Amino acid sequence: MSASTIIFYILSALIVTFGALTVFTPKIFRAAIFLLLTLIGIAAVYILMEMQFVAALQIVVYVGGIVVLIIFSIFLTSSGKEKVNPHRFNRVLTAAVLSLSGLLFSIWVVFNHIYTPAGITPIDPSVRNIGLQLLSYNDFGYVFPFEVVSILLLAALIGSIVIAMKSKKQ
Amino acid sequence: MEQVPLSHVLILSSILFFLGIYGFFTRRNLITVLMSIELILNSVNINFVAFNKYLYPHQLEGVFFTLFIITIAAAEVSLAIAIIINLYRRFNTIDIDDTDTMKY
Amino acid sequence: MSYDLSSEIILFLPLLSFLVLSLFGKKIKPEISGIIGTMILAIVAFLSLYVAFGYFFDFGKVDGVYVKHIVTQFSWLQFNENLSIDMGIVLDPISVMMLIVISFVSFMVHLYSLNYMKGEDRFTMYYAYLALFSFSMLGLVVAVNLFQMYMFWELVGISSFLLIGFYFTKPSAIAAAKKAFIVTRFADLGFLIGILMLSYGAKTLDFFVLIERLTATGSPYIASFTATSFLGLSTLSWALLLVFAGGAGKSAMFPLHIWLPDAMEGPTPVSALIHAATMVVAGVFLVARLFPIFAISAPDALHIIAYIGAFTALFAAIIATTQTDIKRVLAYSTISQIAFMMFALGVSGWGEGNNEGYTASMFHLFTHAFFKALLFLGAGAVIHAVHSNEMKDMGGLRKALPITHITFLMACLAIAGVPPFAGFFSKEAILSAAYNANLPIFYVAVFTSGLTAFYMFRLYFRIFWSKPAVKHEGHGHESHTWAMNIPLIILAAGAVFAGFIPFGSFVSAEGKAIELPFHLMFSIIPVLVGLTGILIAYVLYGKKSDLPAKISNSISFVYQSAYHKFYIDEIYLFVTKKILFNLIGRPSAWFDKNVVNGGMINGSASGTVMFSGAIKKMQSGRLQTYAMFFLGGVLILAALLVIKFI
Repeated sequence: MSASTIIFYILSALIVTFGALTVFTPKIFRAAIFLLLTLIGIAAVYILMEMQFVAALQIVVYVGGIVVLIIFSIFLTSSGKEKVNPHRFNRVLTAAVLSLSGLLFSIWVVFNHIYTPAGITPIDPSVRNIGLQLLSYNDFGYVFPFEVVSILLLAALIGSIVIAMKSKKQ
Repeated sequence: MEQVPLSHVLILSSILFFLGIYGFFTRRNLITVLMSIELILNSVNINFVAFNKYLYPHQLEGVFFTLFIITIAAAEVSLAIAIIINLYRRFNTIDIDDTDTMKY
Repeated sequence: MSYDLSSEIILFLPLLSFLVLSLFGKKIKPEISGIIGTMILAIVAFLSLYVAFGYFFDFGKVDGVYVKHIVTQFSWLQFNENLSIDMGIVLDPISVMMLIVISFVSFMVHLYSLNYMKGEDRFTMYYAYLALFSFSMLGLVVAVNLFQMYMFWELVGISSFLLIGFYFTKPSAIAAAKKAFIVTRFADLGFLIGILMLSYGAKTLDFFVLIERLTATGSPYIASFTATSFLGLSTLSWALLLVFAGGAGKSAMFPLHIWLPDAMEGPTPVSALIHAATMVVAGVFLVARLFPIFAISAPDALHIIAYIGAFTALFAAIIATTQTDIKRVLAYSTISQIAFMMFALGVSGWGEGNNEGYTASMFHLFTHAFFKALLFLGAGAVIHAVHSNEMKDMGGLRKALPITHITFLMACLAIAGVPPFAGFFSKEAILSAAYNANLPIFYVAVFTSGLTAFYMFRLYFRIFWSKPAVKHEGHGHESHTWAMNIPLIILAAGAVFAGFIPFGSFVSAEGKAIELPFHLMFSIIPVLVGLTGILIAYVLYGKKSDLPAKISNSISFVYQSAYHKFYIDEIYLFVTKKILFNLIGRPSAWFDKNVVNGGMINGSASGTVMFSGAIKKMQSGRLQTYAMFFLGGVLILAALLVIKFI
C-alpha cells in the first residue's frame, strides 16, 4: 500500500464522481465544468503512470481546447441557463439497465482474463523517444499516420468553417 | 503504481465508458451528448495507456494511439460544434428529440 | 399454276383478307371492304374448282383409286420422335369436295351480304369475320393431323360465336352466341379426350398413319385397343364415341342440338353459310375422315351413331312442323338433314357392296349445301322485305318477290326429294343404303322424309300463298337488290343440276369408283310419301283456313310439347341454374370471394400492413434510440461469443 496506490484510488474516485456528475446534472454549464474536472483527473492518472507527455497533451488539447470550445458553443446556442426536460422514465430505465449490464459484463470479462506482462526491459516514454518514433521511416515508424492526421485536421478546419458559415444572403 | 493491479485500472476505464454511454442515451442537449462522447474517448485512452504500461512496456504503441485519438477527438468536436451551431440557426433548438426528421 | 400452290393460296387468301379487313378496317370505306372480301372469295372459289378439276380428272387417281395427295406438311410441335402435331394441307376426295362447297357457298354469301348488310355500322368487321370463318373452315377440311383439325375446329367455333353475336346490343343475340359457344365447347371436351385416347393407343396424331395403324390387319396397335373394356365397348369404341361427341356438338345431334335454333339470332347470310352448309357439317366430315377406323375396327360405335342420327332426324322434323319463326323452321330442318347424313354414315360399311352409305352421306352433304343455303338466303330476302321473322306477318308474297319465290320453290322441291331435283338423288341413295343395312332405320327415314316435305311446304305456302297476293308497290323490293338475286339464281341452278353428277365415281369410302344404285321401283315409295306431304301442306295452308288450328287443338298436348321443342331447353336450364349453379357455382364463388380474396389476398395484405405499422415506429429518427439498440445488439453478440469461447 504505497502512497501512489492510495493516490490512485482517490483519483479514480474523483474521476468517477465527476464523470457521473457530468452525466447526471441537469444544468449544462455545470456539466461542462464537471467534464473539465474529469479530464484533469484523468491527466493526473496519466502522470501517476509516468506517461507525462500524454498527460500534457491531455491538458493542452482536451482541457484547454475542447472544453473551452464546448463552453463557447454552450453560450452561442443556449446561453447556459435554460434547463431541458429530462426524458421519460422508460427511456432512462432502459438506458440504465443497458449500461449497467454492459458494465457488469465488462467487469466479469476483466476479472476472468489472465494478464501476462511481456517482461522485457521497458523503454522510457520520454518526449525524445516519442518524437523519434513518431517521425521515423523505419519499421514501427508513425510518420505516415502523422501526415494523414495533419491532413485530417486541415479537412476538419475547413469543414467546420464551411458548415458554420453564415450564408451570404442572410 | 505497480501494486495497483491492471484489472483495477481497467475497471476504472469501464466505469467511465459506461457512464459516457449512459449519458449518450439519456441527455437531451446536443452539447451534453458531445460531452458524453468525450468521456467515452477518454476511457479508451486510459485503456490504451494502461495496457502499454503494464503489458507492453518495451513499446510505445499505446502512447501513439492515445496521441492520435486525442487529435482526432479534437477535430471531431470542432466539426460537431459547427454542425450544432448550424442546427441551432435553422431550428432554434438543440434538443435532440427535435432532430428527428429522418423518420418514417 | 401448280395445284399445290393453288391449294396454299386457297387456304391463306381468306386469312389475309381477315387480317387486312380487321386491322385496317377503319380506314377503308365499307363498300370497298365488301368488294375486297367478295373478290377474294371469288378467287378462292375459282381456284377450288380448278384444284378439284385437277384432282378428280388429272392427278388424283392412281391405279383407278383416288388417293390422298399431301400438298405440304411440316412438323409444328414435336412431343417425342413418334408423336408430333403437324400442320399441313392434304387433298383427298372428301376434302376437295368440301373445298368446293365451302368456297362456293361462302362466295355466294359474300355477294349476297353486299346488299343484305348494307348500311350496317360494322360492315367491315362482318366481312372480316366471314373471311376468318372461311379460313378456319377451309383449314379444317384440309387438315393433315387430328390436332390441327381440332385447332381449326375451335377457330370455327370462335368465328361462329363472333358472327352469331354480331348484333351484340341485343341481349338475345349475346345469349345465343354464348350458348352456341358453351355447348360446342362442352362437346369439344369429349373430342379432346377422344383425341388423347386415340393418340395414346396409336402413338400418332396424323390421320393417315392413325387409320393405317388402327385398321391394318395384324397391326400391333389394334389388339389391346379393341379388347372389350368398359360397358361392353372396346377402348377404341369409347375413344371414337368421344370424338363423335365433339362432332355431335358441332353438328347439333340430340341432345346437343339446343344451340342451333338460337343461333338464328345472327344475320341471315351467316345462318346460310355457317349453320346450314358448312360449319354444322363439320361433325359429319369428322366421322367421314375417321370412317375406316369406325367401319373396320369399331362397328359398335357406328351403330350407336346411326341410332342417334335417326332419332335426331325424326325429333327435329317433328319440332319443325310446329314452329312459326321461318328461320327456326329452317334450323330444325338443318338438324334433321344433318342427322340424315350422320345415320347414312352410320349404316354404311366397308368394302364393295355395303359402302353405299358413305357415298350417299357425302352426296347429300353436297346437295344439301346448295338447297339449304338457297333456302336461308331466300328467307333472308323475305325477311328483308317484310322486316319480320314470323309467319303471321307473311303470306301472299309470290307476286311481290318473284325471283325469291321461284328459287325458294325449287329449293323446297329439292329438299322434299321430288325428282329430278338434286335432293331426290341424294336422299334416294341414303334411303337405299338404309334399306340394305337396317330396316327400322329405313322406316324412320321414310317417315321423316314425309315430314320434311310437309313442313317445308307448310313454310312455302305460308310465306307465298295462304293470303291474297300482295301487289307490287312501285318497283318492288327485288329490283334494288341485284346482289341478293344473283346468288339465289346460281344456287337454284345448283339445286336443280347437282343431282346429275355421278358422285359415286368420285367420292367413296375406299377411293374406288362405285355406282349409286337407282331402282325405279324402289324410289316410288319415298317420292309418293313426299308428294303426300306436299298435298297435306297444300290442303292445310294453301289458302287461309282454320283447319290447322283445329288439328293442333285436338292433339293439343303433343302439339304444345312439339311447339316448345319438347322442353329440352327448359330441362337444360333447370339443370344448369338449379343444380350446377347452386351446388357448384355459388359455393365456388363464395370460396373465391371470401377465402381466396378475403382471407389469403386481403388477409396477407392487411397482415403486412399491420406488421409494417407495428415496426415502423422503430425508425423514429431519434439517435439515442438507435444507439440503445446498437448497444443491446453488441452486448448480446459479445455475450454469445465470450461464453462460447471461454
